[in-house]
Amino acid sequence: MEEVITTEKLTKRYGDIAAIEDLDLNVHAGEVFGFLGPNGAGKTTTIRVLTTLTKPTSGRALVGGFDVVKEPDKVKGMIGVVQQHLSLDRDLTVRENMEFRARLRHLGGSERKRRIDELLDYVGLTENANRIVEKLSGGMKKRVSIVSSLMHRPRVLFLDEPTVGLDAQTRRRLWELIRRLNLDGTTIFLTTHYIEEAEALCQRVGIIHRGSLIALGKPLELRQKLGCVTVETLVNNKETRYQYFADRVAAKNYVQSLPPDVKTIIIRESNLEDVFVEQTGQKVEDD
Amino acid sequence: MFSVFRDIYSVLWVDLRFLRRHWLRTLATSVVNPILYLVAFGYGLGQGISFEGFSYLAFVMPGIIALTAMNSSYGGAGLKLHVDRLFYKCFEEYLLSPISLFSLAVGKALIGVVRGLIASVALLVVGVVILPTLIVSPLFVLVLVSSCFVFAFLGVLVGLVAKSHQDMGTFGTLVILPMTFLSGTFFSLSQLPEAAKAVLYVLPLTHSSESLRAAALGQPFPWLSFLALLVFGLVFFAGCMVALKRTSV
Repeated sequence: MEEVITTEKLTKRYGDIAAIEDLDLNVHAGEVFGFLGPNGAGKTTTIRVLTTLTKPTSGRALVGGFDVVKEPDKVKGMIGVVQQHLSLDRDLTVRENMEFRARLRHLGGSERKRRIDELLDYVGLTENANRIVEKLSGGMKKRVSIVSSLMHRPRVLFLDEPTVGLDAQTRRRLWELIRRLNLDGTTIFLTTHYIEEAEALCQRVGIIHRGSLIALGKPLELRQKLGCVTVETLVNNKETRYQYFADRVAAKNYVQSLPPDVKTIIIRESNLEDVFVEQTGQKVEDD
Repeated sequence: MFSVFRDIYSVLWVDLRFLRRHWLRTLATSVVNPILYLVAFGYGLGQGISFEGFSYLAFVMPGIIALTAMNSSYGGAGLKLHVDRLFYKCFEEYLLSPISLFSLAVGKALIGVVRGLIASVALLVVGVVILPTLIVSPLFVLVLVSSCFVFAFLGVLVGLVAKSHQDMGTFGTLVILPMTFLSGTFFSLSQLPEAAKAVLYVLPLTHSSESLRAAALGQPFPWLSFLALLVFGLVFFAGCMVALKRTSV
């Protein structure tokens, strides 16, 4: 399987603090790869290094076979980046923002117009093409941000926390867009701290905690490794404990064997949050 | 070479779109200050005074054009870049594209040059009407354009290194404002003690004012001052390049 992103012992330090440390990662061509972790875990730093915005302290990162430090222009030519914050000029219209990106990517006049019209249609923003970005809703701004990064048909699209701050309905609409982009052949590298987002979108996930990769694989595989069924119990009315089992039968047997001072809260399917909790002793939103 | 010009224009294009939408407001805010200076100092305070053989109005006019070029070029290049970098956070789009840092620095400075020239030319039109003796020679234009470049690069540099809105304000108050009043804009440096002169010649606006005044009034041209102005421009440009390289850390 072709690997479109590879990192080897990738490290970025700010003084004594390691934002990411010895990160070994690979992303396959054509997949949606999710990078899951709490705020401050190193997700954005990883994206910044992979997109050439930040130089690593040590280690190596290749995107599309090109070294991000030695061949940044070749990397830039094949990636699209949607940053966590809205990186749009809010004084310009939707079309002007897109044209600006197209010009920076050297698209000629007629190709520029054709591509802008095509992308506006793709995300249903044709009617809003001449509206000032500042006056759009949060979801529309995010869609503009995404399509603006697609002007040059990137092979890899980096999305840094694409749905943060959006309501549930808008989030789901963006998920649909991300799925469509992936079906159309774009490899997607997505960071998120929303468990359900990683599970809904990603074929594989890497879980990062304090700059280090603590788990990597398909969501189902990671859950199976942990145990597909989780039993949450309350001990002495204070402490919540989690136990993982291969199936519901094993989980029910465990519950029946519990002493009277331990109350069962719930028996449910395990999720990626459980994988994170088991590895770190914390919840994803704790940090 | 063609790709460098194309990239410079691409960087400039986005700021031109903004200017096109807000041209009247931009022009009005750029010329209000210099016209106030002209009325207060040229007509009010300077009525009846002659300076180095010229009326005070004729003396002060090129200086006010120089400071207009400075303020509009510096602000035009620096403030929008600062807003894009720290508030809109869209500046990194340039760094994510395959354009060179040279094209980026020059493209960002050019909007300052354009705005500096618009404001200066608007004031110059007023100047030529009220002072028909003012000489607008190719040398005058050369100094004016060079001044706009110098202060636009200063604006880009400050816009790139400022960490907050307060930093921009502090630089304006501690450097730009004193330069406005002390750089021989409103008075002749020849009246000052040598020590004060030495300090004021470290300011680029001093060289811009002296060169523009000499060209506009037909005085012997201070080539050394013009050279000093160009050196300031080169230093500010080099500073921009270093600041841009350091944006990736």
